[in-house]
Amino acid sequence: MYKDNMLKKIVSAPYYLWAAIFVVVPLAVVIYYAFTNSSGDFTLDYIKTLGNYRYIFLRSIWYGFLATVISLVIAYPLAYIMANSSASVQRITMMLVMLPMWMNFLIRTYSWMTILEDTGIINSLLQRLGLSPVHMINTSGAVILGMVYNYLPYMILPLYTVMSKMDRSLIEAAEDLGAGKFTVLSKVILPLSLPGIASGFTMVFVPSVSTFYISKKLGGGTFAMIGDVIEMQFQTSYNYNLGATLSLVLMVLIILCMAVMNRFTDDDNGGIPA
Amino acid sequence: MKKLVSVLAASVIAAVCVSFSAFAFDNEEYYDVPELKGTTLNVYNWGEYISDEEDEEYYMFDVNSAFEELTGIKINYTNFASNEDLYAKLKSGGSSYDIIIPSDYMISRFIAEGLIQKIDMNNIPNYKNVSDKYRGLYYDENEEYSVPYCVNTVGLIYNKTMVDEKPTSWSVLWDPKYAGKILMFDNPRDSFAVSQKLLGQSFNTNDLTEWRLAADELIAQKPLLQGYVMDEVYNKMESGEAALAPYYAGDFVCMQEINPDLDFVYPKEGVNRFVDAVCIPSNTQNVRAAEMYINFLLDPEVALANAYATGYETPNKVVFEMEEYADMANNKYLYPDEEINTEYFYDLDDATRNAMNTLWNEVKANGDNSKALYIAYAVTGALIAAFLIYKAAVKKYRESFYDA
Repeated sequence: MYKDNMLKKIVSAPYYLWAAIFVVVPLAVVIYYAFTNSSGDFTLDYIKTLGNYRYIFLRSIWYGFLATVISLVIAYPLAYIMANSSASVQRITMMLVMLPMWMNFLIRTYSWMTILEDTGIINSLLQRLGLSPVHMINTSGAVILGMVYNYLPYMILPLYTVMSKMDRSLIEAAEDLGAGKFTVLSKVILPLSLPGIASGFTMVFVPSVSTFYISKKLGGGTFAMIGDVIEMQFQTSYNYNLGATLSLVLMVLIILCMAVMNRFTDDDNGGIPA
Repeated sequence: MKKLVSVLAASVIAAVCVSFSAFAFDNEEYYDVPELKGTTLNVYNWGEYISDEEDEEYYMFDVNSAFEELTGIKINYTNFASNEDLYAKLKSGGSSYDIIIPSDYMISRFIAEGLIQKIDMNNIPNYKNVSDKYRGLYYDENEEYSVPYCVNTVGLIYNKTMVDEKPTSWSVLWDPKYAGKILMFDNPRDSFAVSQKLLGQSFNTNDLTEWRLAADELIAQKPLLQGYVMDEVYNKMESGEAALAPYYAGDFVCMQEINPDLDFVYPKEGVNRFVDAVCIPSNTQNVRAAEMYINFLLDPEVALANAYATGYETPNKVVFEMEEYADMANNKYLYPDEEINTEYFYDLDDATRNAMNTLWNEVKANGDNSKALYIAYAVTGALIAAFLIYKAAVKKYRESFYDA
């Protein structure tokens, strides 16, 4: 028993070390910068200016939320269909989902600019067909589209994993007991896939809220998201303190959002006490 | 037959020699330093700011490879996108560069903060090629820290097919007629410069109320903008996606080759003129090689290639007189006949710079602060609350069966 514990400690030591160096220390540095000024003295000045960024925070979180919900709506049926297809179809669809991710994220976003621009691919096509062009680039819709496009695979993968591992016999049991298709979906499949939804939600929501490249390119820099403002503090303004403060607040807000989300997904075992 | 072969061989060899000596650099023995062979030189430059491919029509060749071949020194070449970017990199100290090419006002800050070192011009014989006009400018009066690389001026690029009449003033960027077709710089100093001149201010004012007014102008302009851009300006102007953009004359010269509908003016209120100069950071490991590189950049062949590649004005007086440069020297956009109203950027003091950055944050953050977002939040919040209450109620109801 004792030996086992020792072994466990030795084996897990590198992970703790890793976490300490790359998670705890950077976090401490962020907190340090957030509460000091450029000469290293304690200050709350940066926290006090946060009110100016209220709207950007709200907008970023809202866009991130919308992008996540849209991803979920698209990914859920797709993951379900994938999980219920033959092995070869599963392999091919999996490939197709992963394929765009082999290309660099920046290039994929950049190519959306070419597609959406007023003189871009869609609009030149529309004009060829004699239709009036639609203004798409530099709108909030384009930014959310960019987020959905880039992060959709992160929603599909966990959902697919959960669904393909789902116990078929539970669905059959529900059907045997006379449940209709909708009841099976809402009472059996949906509750069983909640862990997948939760991890997909996290994996899309967090990068969407903090993105800066997508909003810069597809929003034309006029749709500042909080990620843009943070990036600006480090790249342009050389104001690490404000950048750290904003990052810290963003982190807290994301944790709060995730906590709310977890209220949805914490499994109550369908009312059966454990 | 044998004779023919040898004649052929000789002419082939001669041809090879000629094509090699096409690049005859001044004073080649200067570059022959055995102990530097195999060392590395870290060069940090703007993107698209050097001749890096062979193009005989424009006397261009790969400058860095030529230097490597000539000296045996390996070049590690990387790019930055703005002076502030470069400052952040150099200041944080996590990097070591041997050659950097900042702009004038950033050079004064680097000197003030001791981030760059004095250059021994005695080791750079080609320094004699630098035109007197660009020696001892305000940021480096004693010619100790920097060697001019390129000079240029900001102006207004417009698309003749989309803009009714030739603009003369920056105010056209505030004209609602062109809403959605206007671009602005995506960096505070250059963007503020436009609104400052519109208001008749100096770029270098320390008066924070003036900066406030300039920021208000930018906020007023924002609804008309297509976007804040830097390098994307090339795509957007060349494709006709945007109609108006303030940018550098040299870049315009390159864009016009792709899209002849583009034209360029220097607005009457005044424009920013700048010098980008080569410097050696204080923490460099390879001063001798850095000096050789600077000397190489001043070589007429090299400077000519770079002048064509960048499209910017050359501070190299030998190049300016060269026959091969006549095309550029006669370019009225680069070297306008009439006097233009220009001003240099000076390094701002800390208070002004912080104020500018804060105002720029405000400009960027400003926008569509519609009530819709608050309503959306309220509705979503209510839905979430309703769902959680419902869920809790269901749970309680179910549990009531077990409690009994």
